[in-house]
Amino acid sequence: MTEQAPAIELKGISKSFGPVQANKDISIRVMPGTIHGIIGENGAGKSTLMSILYGFYKADAGEIFIADQKTAIPDSQAAIAAGIGMVFQHFKLVENFTVLENVVLGAEDSGLLRPSLARARRELKNLAEEYELNVDPDAVIQDVGVGMQQRVEILKALYRKADILILDEPTGVLTPAEADHLFRILENLKREGKTIILITHKLREIMEITDTVSVMRRGEMTATVKTSETSPAELAELMVGRKVLLRVDKKPAQIGRKILEVRDLNVTDDKGVHRLKGISFDVHAGEILGIAGVAGNGQSELLEVLGGYQKATGSVRLNGEEIDLTGTKSDGQSRRARGISHVPEDRQREGLIMDFHAWENTVFGYHHDDRYQRSKLFMDNAVIRKDTEEKMGRFDVRPPDPTLAAKNFSGGNQQKIVLAREIERNPDLLLVGQPTRGVDIGAIEFIHQQIVALRDQGKAILLVSVELEEILSLSDRIAVMFDGKMMGERMPQETDEKELGLLMAGMTTEPKGALHEAVEANLALAGGDASKEV
Amino acid sequence: MDVMPKWADVVLIPLISILLAAFLSALVILAIGENPWEALKLMVDGALGSTYGWGYTLYYATNFIFTGLAVAIAFHARLFNIGGEGQAVLGGLGVALACLYIPWPHWSLALIGATVMAALFGAAWAAIPAFLQAKRGSHIVITTIMFNFIAAALLNYLLIGALKAPGMEPATPRFPEATHLPSFQDMFNFGETTFFRGAPANITFFVALAACVALWALIWRTRLGYEIRSFGHSESAAKYAGISPTKIIMVAMLISGALAGMMAINNVQGEAERLVLNAVEGAGFIGIAVALMGRSHPFGVLLAALLFGFLYQGGAELALWTSIPRELIIVIQALVILFTGALDNMVRMPLERLFLAMRRA
Repeated sequence: MTEQAPAIELKGISKSFGPVQANKDISIRVMPGTIHGIIGENGAGKSTLMSILYGFYKADAGEIFIADQKTAIPDSQAAIAAGIGMVFQHFKLVENFTVLENVVLGAEDSGLLRPSLARARRELKNLAEEYELNVDPDAVIQDVGVGMQQRVEILKALYRKADILILDEPTGVLTPAEADHLFRILENLKREGKTIILITHKLREIMEITDTVSVMRRGEMTATVKTSETSPAELAELMVGRKVLLRVDKKPAQIGRKILEVRDLNVTDDKGVHRLKGISFDVHAGEILGIAGVAGNGQSELLEVLGGYQKATGSVRLNGEEIDLTGTKSDGQSRRARGISHVPEDRQREGLIMDFHAWENTVFGYHHDDRYQRSKLFMDNAVIRKDTEEKMGRFDVRPPDPTLAAKNFSGGNQQKIVLAREIERNPDLLLVGQPTRGVDIGAIEFIHQQIVALRDQGKAILLVSVELEEILSLSDRIAVMFDGKMMGERMPQETDEKELGLLMAGMTTEPKGALHEAVEANLALAGGDASKEV
Repeated sequence: MDVMPKWADVVLIPLISILLAAFLSALVILAIGENPWEALKLMVDGALGSTYGWGYTLYYATNFIFTGLAVAIAFHARLFNIGGEGQAVLGGLGVALACLYIPWPHWSLALIGATVMAALFGAAWAAIPAFLQAKRGSHIVITTIMFNFIAAALLNYLLIGALKAPGMEPATPRFPEATHLPSFQDMFNFGETTFFRGAPANITFFVALAACVALWALIWRTRLGYEIRSFGHSESAAKYAGISPTKIIMVAMLISGALAGMMAINNVQGEAERLVLNAVEGAGFIGIAVALMGRSHPFGVLLAALLFGFLYQGGAELALWTSIPRELIIVIQALVILFTGALDNMVRMPLERLFLAMRRA
């Protein structure tokens, strides 16, 4: 039996950026009509490889073969001509154009738009029937949810006759139900003979949908295996280079007194949008309250209010004492003084000053503390440096060099610097937003252990995460937010991703039969909100 | 992880930029039929060849240190203060009021009093744009530029009105003797030889040096400096850390305005000894180039200010002794600004590649 030609084959691809070698001698074969996963930690070189394939970067060495033909891809036009379509993590859509206009953009038949649009409309109808890719061609992008936006991106590629579809972290912004829908579409595409390359760092997705999987580590392709012949544990080990604990190991919670009491919290932002709608909840000592939800449903505002840099109405009590929410003065300092520490959702935008040295970052927000002062006027940089060295040791920050700028640490090590700063303050309440976003698997393990350890010391922890797995494995109690409201609370052992997914989509009860349509309708709403946030 | 060692970043790049600017300037001088080597010798000789030349070079440099520091501190808070010109005008007004209406017993007290007034007036002039930026979001570049014009008009109004000395000229009366600052000529007079004869450099130069050190300590050693730099690097992070943007914008601009205003003790009290129209002579704008070239570091500002002082004085000599027109000096200065400021990456990128290649080898 003669072997089928691979849809796409890379041979010996290498690429360096200055001193960093992002791809080292990478070779893969992807067979037509399969879904091929590429998994690896952040910075492993996945995105660089795909950018080379799509003509954004030029490889230093190596060759690309498409259907056995050696193909040069100097730019994205050439990639499109070679039948490659790309769906980026951050969508490339014109917000105030309709779906139809976005699909046609850059692929018009002639100078006149009308015939192109008419043809596209017919084409979209066919594609929708063929692949379950339902979109409203006349909807404006900014009014539709992220799930639909992603479908538009896929349609754009298919409209340009793509046979090979590359998706970069496609589920990052989707609810579980939306992700399932996406996977059904991918299955349909595969059935019709399309080749799909799925880039992700989520092991679950790889196991669920791919036929073969390639693992990347530090710019190298460490293995390519059949998905059916591997396990998540093995893949994780290949990604990190050592054995990793995928589950969080924790003792039952010793719930203590009430630390935080939030009642009827409301936030209206500068544009007059009602972001938080009467939120109430409690967090107790020795407890992790996990807040699940699709990004942009008010979780960020909640953290900002509690962290002291967002005005709100309602009542927040810490250890029984009322906290001022009017924000007449900048309040972050007083919140810290009262025992609230905050690991913000976005460490690069908020948690760290990327150009500052590590030692300057470890006092950020606490720079008024007495022990960091040499005199009334001057800070004691020597003490701060020494302090930082110790913190870096305890939190295993690598490299343990206080004089390195924050931007020169990996995502995981940056997050450890923030955690070290906030946890070492021994707060009564720790606010944690997206603790492991953009963090490699090895560091995730460590970060989760630190959070659980703080809980076991009897501290209250409020955890916000869009990763359901993280919420489920860390939380002692789970609350779900949707559209600025609390949809309900669940105990982690009494719920599952499916139920939480429904709550995240705004459903309080589980209807039978028409379930799917209802979820979709609500997702459009939720996603619309989310996309504006981004 | 940085591609280049620090010394290359702070020394080599500006040096290469200056050489490139000098080379292009030489071509321009050639094109108008003069000898660039002679021109350079004349500039060096005129600016650095005698204590007289040094006296002028350091006098100009003193102006540029103040305005350069003013721009630099604002840069640290990511504010672009283009209003140094106007703030220096107001500083001059403060100095004039202090010198004319307060009977100072000794020049040292007069210096302190005039410095305080200059700083207060400069800061006050910066306060309004700062407030508009902090509270209303009016862009500081636009407002400070507009305030330059208002300052010029205000000075004009006062010098032909309330503050005008008798006579034809729009200027204040001469300041009383007790307010006159010791010039370098007075300070470095060792009997038979007199240094810096007739040159305007004065004790203010040392005030400027002190300001460099003080600003360095403020930026890199104090909580306030830490907060200013935090805010400048990331406003969102500053908010997270509980640093008030309003406070930082106000404080950084007040310091900036005060420094720009303090320039007036050099040119108004030290040199002119009265307030005239157009006393600032564009030093406020040169300050932008000085801060850019000095990478907003007080000591970098000092070096850049000395370079621009040299260009100013050397250029004046050129215009005096050759047929090279005075305007050409502006061309040379512009080339220096262009290469050190705007074309920084043109030098940086090949140099980084070179260092990379060296490291690999």
